[in-house]
Amino acid sequence: MAEKNNHNRLHVREPLSDTQMLMYISIGIFAAMYIAAMLTLKGGFLKPQMIFDLINDNAALIIISCALTIVMIGGGINISVGGVIGLTVMSCALFLNSNADGNSAVSILLTLLLALGIGLAFGVLQGFLVSHLEIQPFIVTLAGMFLARGLTTILSVNPVKVTHEGFLALVKAKLKISWLGYTAQNGNLIPAKIEIGAIVAVCVVILMYLILRYTRLGRSIYAVGGNRQSALMLGINVKSTVFWSYVISGLLSGLAGFVFLMHKPAGNASVAMRSEMDAIASSIIGGTLLTGGVGNVIGTFFGSMILATIQKIIALSPLNASWWQEMANGAMLSFFILLQSLVLMRKNRSRRKKKESAAPAKDRPKDG
Amino acid sequence: MKRKNKSTGALSQLLIPLVALGILIVFNLIRDISFFSIGMRVNNAGNIVLTGNLISIIDSASELAIISMGMTLVTAACGGQDISVGAVGAISGAVFVKIIQAMGGITPASVIAGFVVCCLATILFKLFNGTLVAVFRIQPMIATLILYSCGRSIAYWINGDATPQLNSPIINSIGMTIPGIPVPTPIFAVILVGLLLALLFRFTSLRIYTQAVGINEGAARLNGINPTRIKLISFILLGVCVSVAALIGVCRLGQLNHKTLLVDIEMDAILAVAIGGNNLGGGRFNLTGSILGAYIIQMLTTTLYAMNVAPVNVKAFKAIAIIIIVVAGSPVVKSRLANLFNRLRSGSAGGSPKKEGVN
Amino acid sequence: MEDGIVLAMRGICKSFPGVKALNNVDFTLRKGEIHALMGENGAGKSTLIKVLTGVYEKDAGSIEIEGYPGEVHIHSPQQAQNIGISTVYQEITLCPNLTVAENMFIGRTNDTVVHWKEYEKRATEILDNLGIPARAKQELSRCSLAVQQMVAIARAVDMNCKVLILDEPTSSLDDKEVAMLFQLMRDLRARGVGIIFVTHFLEQVYEVSDRITVLRNGELVGEYAVDKLPQVELVAKMIGKSLDDLAELEQIGRHDSTHEDVVYEATDLSSAECRPFDFQIHKGEVNGFTGLLGSGRSESVRAIFGADQVTGGKVKINGRDVRISNPHDAMKNGIGYLPEDRKRDGIIADLSVRENIILALQTIQGMNRPIPRAKAEAFADEYIEALQIKTASQDTPIKSLSGGNQQKVILARWLLTHPQYLILDEPTRGIDVGTKLEIQKLVLKLAEEGMSITFISSEIEEMLRTCSRLIVMRDRKIVGELSGDELTQAQVMKTIAGGEEER
Repeated sequence: MAEKNNHNRLHVREPLSDTQMLMYISIGIFAAMYIAAMLTLKGGFLKPQMIFDLINDNAALIIISCALTIVMIGGGINISVGGVIGLTVMSCALFLNSNADGNSAVSILLTLLLALGIGLAFGVLQGFLVSHLEIQPFIVTLAGMFLARGLTTILSVNPVKVTHEGFLALVKAKLKISWLGYTAQNGNLIPAKIEIGAIVAVCVVILMYLILRYTRLGRSIYAVGGNRQSALMLGINVKSTVFWSYVISGLLSGLAGFVFLMHKPAGNASVAMRSEMDAIASSIIGGTLLTGGVGNVIGTFFGSMILATIQKIIALSPLNASWWQEMANGAMLSFFILLQSLVLMRKNRSRRKKKESAAPAKDRPKDG
Repeated sequence: MKRKNKSTGALSQLLIPLVALGILIVFNLIRDISFFSIGMRVNNAGNIVLTGNLISIIDSASELAIISMGMTLVTAACGGQDISVGAVGAISGAVFVKIIQAMGGITPASVIAGFVVCCLATILFKLFNGTLVAVFRIQPMIATLILYSCGRSIAYWINGDATPQLNSPIINSIGMTIPGIPVPTPIFAVILVGLLLALLFRFTSLRIYTQAVGINEGAARLNGINPTRIKLISFILLGVCVSVAALIGVCRLGQLNHKTLLVDIEMDAILAVAIGGNNLGGGRFNLTGSILGAYIIQMLTTTLYAMNVAPVNVKAFKAIAIIIIVVAGSPVVKSRLANLFNRLRSGSAGGSPKKEGVN
Repeated sequence: MEDGIVLAMRGICKSFPGVKALNNVDFTLRKGEIHALMGENGAGKSTLIKVLTGVYEKDAGSIEIEGYPGEVHIHSPQQAQNIGISTVYQEITLCPNLTVAENMFIGRTNDTVVHWKEYEKRATEILDNLGIPARAKQELSRCSLAVQQMVAIARAVDMNCKVLILDEPTSSLDDKEVAMLFQLMRDLRARGVGIIFVTHFLEQVYEVSDRITVLRNGELVGEYAVDKLPQVELVAKMIGKSLDDLAELEQIGRHDSTHEDVVYEATDLSSAECRPFDFQIHKGEVNGFTGLLGSGRSESVRAIFGADQVTGGKVKINGRDVRISNPHDAMKNGIGYLPEDRKRDGIIADLSVRENIILALQTIQGMNRPIPRAKAEAFADEYIEALQIKTASQDTPIKSLSGGNQQKVILARWLLTHPQYLILDEPTRGIDVGTKLEIQKLVLKLAEEGMSITFISSEIEEMLRTCSRLIVMRDRKIVGELSGDELTQAQVMKTIAGGEEER
């Protein structure tokens, strides 16, 4: 073990950490699934547009999956994200419609602020309850979900279609990349289209990756999730770390609501219903452990993409039925969950071996 | 230091739910005393039944109360919650209806057979969850996420898209009232399930085993307990609870709708467990607390209805009430309040109060 | 503050509901000294440390630190770190999921951005400088416990701490690692760091310490230079009485029981964690497994009890073939096992003392025959009385008892099952001298009454006092068996170290 050559030591290749391994597995499975779809279903899967569509259609899911990954790494859970999307979508739709005549750019900006504000409010409230009052996160965010869903129906029971012209223009706005396009049957070149929401989602993934990897807050979240007590002893402000993880998570949910509205410009009481569970599934498939301390958003991104691909494959295959999709999701989830459990079991076993060879730890005598 | 005097543990655990219930009752007394009036009326089937908000609260909380009991056991043994109870309940209902249809109609025999088979099927599904939790050591919430997301699809697969109607006095007497008995049958179901569990804990040592496994699995094993078995038992018991709740749910409406049967009940059940003062991390548990929790949730809902809050909006008010209850029950708030209280008392009495605990 | 003093604690008081944990305690730490803080369990060592590190708020008294004029008020571990007080606990308080470098630097700066390259470079320098065999980029969970501990120390050192608190740092280390740690401590002393060393191992105190402060029952007994305080006196000061008890124990002595029937016999027994071995024990015999940590002594007794997955071998109880594949089988056959790690494997923290006592008996009786409440209360009362367990009531959760009393509860749990063969793995570890003696006496008394006992301890003296036969292990193999006149410290050491043929 004692390797004396100082120079080499920095360059020793460390074995893959669990985070990395679970992430690579999910990337591999996504690739395999996608290639299999290309070979069997052909059609859309052969065009680059399919990848963009997967992101276009699931931008909000990707964002809330990141929101969940962050709190899950910190050892918490947030099941209010879907509710917050619903509430944000509804309030933004109403707000836009009430400002239909106003300055377009200003009202869109205000809408964005409203969306972020709603997310922030939920994040701050839940973060405070979880971190400072030490209430179980599941219950806090369950209450958050009820609150968001209830407020949504109080705002409007009926669907609200956005009529704001400026915003509708934004919905239609797409980044077009012609060299990734394809030629349609009539000879026209159809460029690849990327929605603004998709760009936002990818930016969020990158930003969250950077935050988690390179900022004090990000590392503190890992530390708190890895071992709360140790984190405290290491001088990390555990309460504020947990608090901020929920604030970020809330903000992202608000942003996801705005992105959702840009994809489907209508508010509805059932918007993003149960999407929190999809987000949790994305995180798990991407290698985040519910126990905390392990995971990253790149994996989560691929987790969402795997769910999205399943959805697409089923939509394009003869099995076109929502219940097939649910079953397939269930199967995929089972697979990843079992995989994780095997990884963890192996890890525990090797850790126990290590502990034995180094002699077992004794408990500190109770004193005072 | 988080050190509590546990000699009054059971009572202090029930303090919050009891106070919450008390506040709800007082609030309703002030608001409208007729909220508590109980009357008699003749229902559609020509039976005399009790009516009134109280009856309807206790009646309609039945499924929740029954599932909360099972949820408490799983929580205690496994340190996590089963979020698939609603979806598995839908499967349970689907199996029940399927068997009745297969036996050619609603007869006492087909209902009993249907219930037995649906109970077995539910236990089987719960054993799937239980195996993931107990053998593969997956966190309960994650392990049950699978059936949560595809359970209702399985229910659909069993029964197709139809919403089969079950019109029969037998079904009515399970879901509503038995002719001649004015009290709704589901209430008896709660009592029955509660009694069975109480007997189980009285005549076996399951309680201490479950708690031991929930608190320290490794140590429990070294004391001759088989943690896998205990966890599976908790899931089996939950399975029985779910199938009873599904039976009531189907019979109450006289139809099966796999999309709405017991929908979202997992969230309420977990809430009931938490309001009942149980630690969601497992270990010591208190069934009475969970049952109280279930009735509190239902009473809150009914109160809101009585205040003309639209059913779709109830969730928002419920959320606020939940937050108040959990904040009041949070250890941090409790200890702050206790400190404040002590300071006030010692300030006025001029000395610290004597504790009676040490002997 | 005088020159050369880095830390002065004066008149510290701290109470918990029902207990006065610290009463007017003074403590002084000088620059560049290793200062042992000694006391039995409940003496107040941990409380004093926790007051110093800001985990607890003191009720009264003052703390002064070199470089900070006047009194300092420490409200959190962070603040303690900032003014130069670092603590390394026995339980590793680092994050296993982060890298070594990160564990050394996290929580120390207010920078928003993490400079990985710089961290890794500096970490490598420090690790090299202190001779710690770890790599900066290594995930901490992949290091051995000893290395993790050293990483924790490296972190503290790099934070320019003036006061380094080592709370039971050696208890999970083997001799070689202890030597490495001591070297590190001496290096740090030479650099002027004041080290507070809390430990239960007396020899280690004399090996590295310069000065000793003794606490008893939350009060200061005194501060002594290490060469002015012989070991016997130290013990006397710690327990507040002379060592007559020890002498008494010698007189009870051990007795020969080889002529008695064989109670338990294993042939080629092996488990997932240990190699095949043969073993037998007679009625009324006390034997011991000894060897260095990691030699397989705990794994062997775990195999006997079925605690690890048994992979092969034959077991006979009272001459009858039996199958023991899990703890329940073993218990049914009258075997009891007090595990090495009390907190992890022994106590059920949230359950009451009573429930903890009856648990094993209950599982032997089976799920369908619960012990009635009245009977359980009677059992609990009986053993609380018999073993003098100090607890507020039998309803008190076991976690609020002191370590020694927790151990007695676990002991009571097994005695209640009236086993014919009781395995005690490190029953005296981490508990105070007084209780240690009580447990040793109890072991001998039980053997007298006909119980067979396997006694494992890290302290060879303790085993020599109680065991009539010692099985010596090395590298997960039995390398010798000593009895009668061979039972001397020198002979045991020799066998452990090797050079003697296997029998």
